[in-house]
Amino acid sequence: MTVSSESIRSKLRAHILESFLFTDDDDALADGDSFLEKGIVDSTGIMEVILFIEEEFGFTVADDEMIPDNLDSVDALVAFVSRKRAT
Amino acid sequence: MAAPLRHRGPDGERFWTEGRVGLAHTRLSIIDLEGGAQPIENESGSVRVVFNGEIFNFVELRAELERRGHRFRTRTDTEVLVHLYEDEGLGFLDALNGQFAIALWDATRERLVLARDRPGIIPLFHARRDGRLYFASEVKAILPLIGPPTLDAAALDQILTFWAPVSPRTPFEGVEELPPGHLLVAERGEVTIRRWWDWTFPAEGGPYAEGSAEDLARELWDLLEDATRIRLRADVPVGAYLSGGLDSSALAALVRSDAGDRLRTFSIGFEDAGLDERPYQRAMAEHLGADHSEIVCGHHEIAEAFPETVRATECPVLRTAPTPMGLLSGLAHREGFKVVLTGEGADEVLGGYDLFKEAKVRWFWSKSPGSAWRPNLLQRLYPYLELSSMRAQSYVRDFFGAGLDRPDDPFFAHLPRWTTTAQAKRFLAPDFARAGGTSALEAMRDLVPEAAAGWHRFCRAQYLEAKSLMSGYLLSSQGDRQLMRSSVEGRFPYLDHRVIELANRLDPRLKMRVLDEKHLLKRAARGHVPDRVLSRHKQPYRAPDAAAFFEPGRPVPGYVEELLSEEALRRTGYFEPRSATLLVAKARRGAVQSVRDNQALVGILSTQLWHHIFIDRFRSDFAPQS
Repeated sequence: MTVSSESIRSKLRAHILESFLFTDDDDALADGDSFLEKGIVDSTGIMEVILFIEEEFGFTVADDEMIPDNLDSVDALVAFVSRKRAT
Repeated sequence: MAAPLRHRGPDGERFWTEGRVGLAHTRLSIIDLEGGAQPIENESGSVRVVFNGEIFNFVELRAELERRGHRFRTRTDTEVLVHLYEDEGLGFLDALNGQFAIALWDATRERLVLARDRPGIIPLFHARRDGRLYFASEVKAILPLIGPPTLDAAALDQILTFWAPVSPRTPFEGVEELPPGHLLVAERGEVTIRRWWDWTFPAEGGPYAEGSAEDLARELWDLLEDATRIRLRADVPVGAYLSGGLDSSALAALVRSDAGDRLRTFSIGFEDAGLDERPYQRAMAEHLGADHSEIVCGHHEIAEAFPETVRATECPVLRTAPTPMGLLSGLAHREGFKVVLTGEGADEVLGGYDLFKEAKVRWFWSKSPGSAWRPNLLQRLYPYLELSSMRAQSYVRDFFGAGLDRPDDPFFAHLPRWTTTAQAKRFLAPDFARAGGTSALEAMRDLVPEAAAGWHRFCRAQYLEAKSLMSGYLLSSQGDRQLMRSSVEGRFPYLDHRVIELANRLDPRLKMRVLDEKHLLKRAARGHVPDRVLSRHKQPYRAPDAAAFFEPGRPVPGYVEELLSEEALRRTGYFEPRSATLLVAKARRGAVQSVRDNQALVGILSTQLWHHIFIDRFRSDFAPQS
């Protein structure tokens, strides 16, 4: 099954807004916002994001992939998930 | 004959016997106060029934049965049973929406039918002696007929693992419970027991219940509304228990939308601030405009009432938590209530327990057991876990990492809890421990159906929870027994079988969304329950354990001193006196703090109490009066 990057984005955004920002206000989160810098997600929260993407998209994230470049914003996550799903 | 059950039915008592069969009943009158004395029979008198519990859809069933030509003599829910049985035979149970223990005599076939409700809300025990079959809602009514009991060593071994014996075993050797969702038929000297309902789940990957999360949340709420509506059917007022958490708050909101009158609510508060939820209970009561009453439990109240708790549970317990529930039903009774709705079951049905959450984190970790990062997610559940030191990391790996190489083992989610609990077995006297064997896990494994291998892991964990802690402890020791000791009937909308069956069809990710417990229930309850209740971290219900009996500066209750003395421990023979008295000495110093030590102490005390109540006092309290 193919999932478009827009669908990935909307699922990720919905989850971050609901579970970390506790809002359904779409403007509360920009896709480039750094989770850590903006205090949106703390270090154990990142693990929760990983649990979400593994549960939702069905792949496993390796330890060496658990880096800010892959996980620290909606944009980074969308790119990472798309890449993982393509492999 | 029925005197030991008078607390379950103080409003009336009848006994009927004919040939080889006798039925006794004590009545708590709730529906058709004037006309509902039992046994109730069909038109010809060929089918007779006594039952404890409620058939909530009796209105609809009666209308259908009348259409089929049956004539009713009462307005009771009981009477639908005899007519339904006439039409459907043993399949009559499928049509029932209720909580029940039924005993039905079919004179034509000379057949006795015993049946128990689906999740195991209402108890039913049976024993065979000298070619006779005895049965009752509580073991204390069977004891006079079968003689002084013996503590079943395997049952104690199971209690010291799972908090409850594995059904059908009970602490009374030779007495069995009829398991939840089971049926016993005694006909022409043959006794057969079979399952008539069980929790079942789709194969992993589905198909699960169709629809968006919003649609399913609405469907769930609508169903809960109906489950609550039919549970308000009574000719007496119905109140509600309010714990301060999501489940009871959502339930109270559902009741209010139906009750019309001012809702009446009841709560437990604790003097220990760490356990007390009164601010949340009061806020919810205020939100609902409810007329609210509470009891406040201190150590003294719990210690004083604990012997009565064990007399009610008829089973050793590892926590004192049932005691405040017994005191709460006392409050409801004093306020004139015979029926209360409670939120029990939501955590099992809709995925609320920390145990499920912990299992998800451990499954997440098991994908890469060597990962340096994955165990950090445990801090989401246990923020106090300090993972920076090597020592702490090693502890976490030993404790939570147990079984990571077997993530598909049906016991994966429960093993850490069971392993902690089972440490209490170190106090068992060697001879008694040997008699109990080491088969607790095998007994539990026998309960898991073959089909479970194909279910999602989360569903397997739910199944085990429903079959172990829920029916064996929460609905019995902490549920029915504590309600009924004060003649109060609990009703459980979350355990309506339609709710269970819908929940079981849900994609497990909707029950626990990532680590958000009872996700779909929260969605469903939005707008009905204040946001602060929805977003509040779940607080498990706990009561003071060892501290209730051993408090610096306060005398230890006399019965505790006596039953935990080395001499008393030696006399009963269940526990190794030296180890147990060392634990007691630790409690005297106020040093019993861990879950492990608390469970062991309460377990030893309650087992000694069990012996005192049912064996030492058998002759004065249970032997037949000549």
